[in-house]
Amino acid sequence: MLRLPDFPLPDPRGRFGPYGGRYVPETLIPALEEVEAAYREAKKDPAFLAELEYYLKTFAGRPTPLYHARRLSEYWGGAQVYLKREDLLHTGAHKINNTLGQALLARRMGKKRVIAETGAGQHGVSVATVAALFGLECVVYMGEEDVRRQALNVFRMKLLGAEVRPVAAGSRTLKDATNEAIRDWLTHVRTTFYILGSVVGPHPYPMMVREFQSVIGEEVKGQSLELFGRYPDALIAAVGGGSNAIGLFAPFAYLPEKERPRLIGVEAAGEGLSTGRHAASIGAGKRGVLHGSYMYLLYDHDGQITPAHSVSAGLDYPGVGPEHSYYADQGIAEYAGVTDEEALEGFKLLARLEGIIPALESAHAIAHAAKVVPEMDKDQIVVINLSGRGDKDVTEVMRLLGGEL
Amino acid sequence: MTTLEAFARAKAEGRAALIPYLTAGFPSREGFLQAVKEVLPYADLLEIGLPYSDPLGDGPVIQRASEEALRKGMSVQGVLELFREVRALTEKPLFLMTYLNPVLAWGPERFFSLFKQAGATGLILPDLPPDEDPSLVRLAQEIGLETVFLLAPTSTDRRVETVVGYATGFIYAVSVTGVTGERERLPDEVRDLVRRIKARTSLPVAVGFGVSGRETAAQAAVADGVVVGSALVRALEGGRPLAPLLEEIRQGLMQKEPA
Repeated sequence: MLRLPDFPLPDPRGRFGPYGGRYVPETLIPALEEVEAAYREAKKDPAFLAELEYYLKTFAGRPTPLYHARRLSEYWGGAQVYLKREDLLHTGAHKINNTLGQALLARRMGKKRVIAETGAGQHGVSVATVAALFGLECVVYMGEEDVRRQALNVFRMKLLGAEVRPVAAGSRTLKDATNEAIRDWLTHVRTTFYILGSVVGPHPYPMMVREFQSVIGEEVKGQSLELFGRYPDALIAAVGGGSNAIGLFAPFAYLPEKERPRLIGVEAAGEGLSTGRHAASIGAGKRGVLHGSYMYLLYDHDGQITPAHSVSAGLDYPGVGPEHSYYADQGIAEYAGVTDEEALEGFKLLARLEGIIPALESAHAIAHAAKVVPEMDKDQIVVINLSGRGDKDVTEVMRLLGGEL
Repeated sequence: MTTLEAFARAKAEGRAALIPYLTAGFPSREGFLQAVKEVLPYADLLEIGLPYSDPLGDGPVIQRASEEALRKGMSVQGVLELFREVRALTEKPLFLMTYLNPVLAWGPERFFSLFKQAGATGLILPDLPPDEDPSLVRLAQEIGLETVFLLAPTSTDRRVETVVGYATGFIYAVSVTGVTGERERLPDEVRDLVRRIKARTSLPVAVGFGVSGRETAAQAAVADGVVVGSALVRALEGGRPLAPLLEEIRQGLMQKEPA
């Protein structure tokens, strides 16, 4: 039976150390309290858990395999590399773990309308999918710039019956789509459920999204014990807002240090940290508040948020979730940066050696593993979260490579 | 003039206090100062917005004004200078409205002290529910700034109780669920919200969001004060004079709807 695990953090006020919280206009405070109460109740309700498990299994395709990437392991000549195949899930990424959970919660709370923000469109497609599944009205906010770049996902969402509202404000990307989704929620708070896609935003979202995503790490725990009789030595995942990484890390993060695998989050270093064109909030950001949460962020000397950049639209967010901010400070996880160029190499490498085209987000994790794995022993085990498949990115990569391989 | 005196003076004249809002640096630095001069004869208190890149409590009009002001180079330093210039023009209470991140970027103590020195009476941070960071609220108060917090139609009585406990100056009652911007009519629940707040505090209550003309001003005038923002900023956007709008709103404040 599926279980949504309890973790030592956040504290009752939604804090991971100093991070997190609920920095939102007062109008939303009662709504957040309601969502939190409903979630805490649902989490203990066997009927809710059974239904979530049913859809995760029969609709999304869980559990996902832990696949031994033999040729890649041989190529790097270090540790044995295993891929957690979230890319095999329905809609092509880990996002569905969370959207199924939140949509069931919305239904339980009697909300008939759901809204969401999306960057590249993966979360938007996932929300549109579960809205169709449960017969909910669905509005997805997407920056104008992303609408242009991701026309296929816009069409997908429309096919699924969602309304896509382009956002013309600010940098016209994910951050602005999130502002607009929050504004919609402020306006329709009594009838609408906001399905947030990452471990960001006001409490309880970072906690709730983590718990819906922690099915990834929980499965890895069981699969590792079965396959190796022990936990892996290192876990690697890409970090934008940080939902796939938290999903993998959280079930291991609070273990005693000796039992804890090395946890490595990979941020998008874009064109390089020194260029200022990147999305490395931990690597090059400062603490601040955006979208309701205190966390590492990218902003200028006046506190104005600076646009993030990454070849991967899913990592293109100027902040990183409060729990990752906490892990970074506490040394629970380490965070590294991978450039656009390195990520493209990772993308090509996995396609060629394993017959798997990864999402550009996941390609960042592959690219960083290329630096870490060769330094490890052959009997060590590394798990990389393959958070999504690359079909959505093929056109963009073709453009970047000029059609040449 | 203190905040309480400003509200008391309006009351003595048989009307709610008028609190215009303007975005610093919009439509330009000079245009803003010109707008301040136009609104001051009508204003009992004045609210000045420090433009922010991600104003998630604001509707399209103030979003556009904030973007434009930032594009023209408005900065925290620039807003401090504007406060000093406005302070030289008037004794009336001046409130700074901005979001939390600029405060954190400058360091709260430095930020609050500089605005206090520049003539600010108090501040309004719509993304800071006071119980999220009570020590920040205390710091602002110790530096001598009044701390105004928002309450909304969705606020439960328990929330009202909590929030008024941290407030000084006045309470900002949000008339609608939603973002700033003009409305044709305010929902009837604004009257109930004002009543629920006044049952729990002796501080003046001002209603904001949605006040667009005489009728909405009259509806909002069930409170002690009325904030007018987007309607003014939109007039500035269209290059229209502010006086006719302020005149109309002032008339609305005199003929408040019967309780």
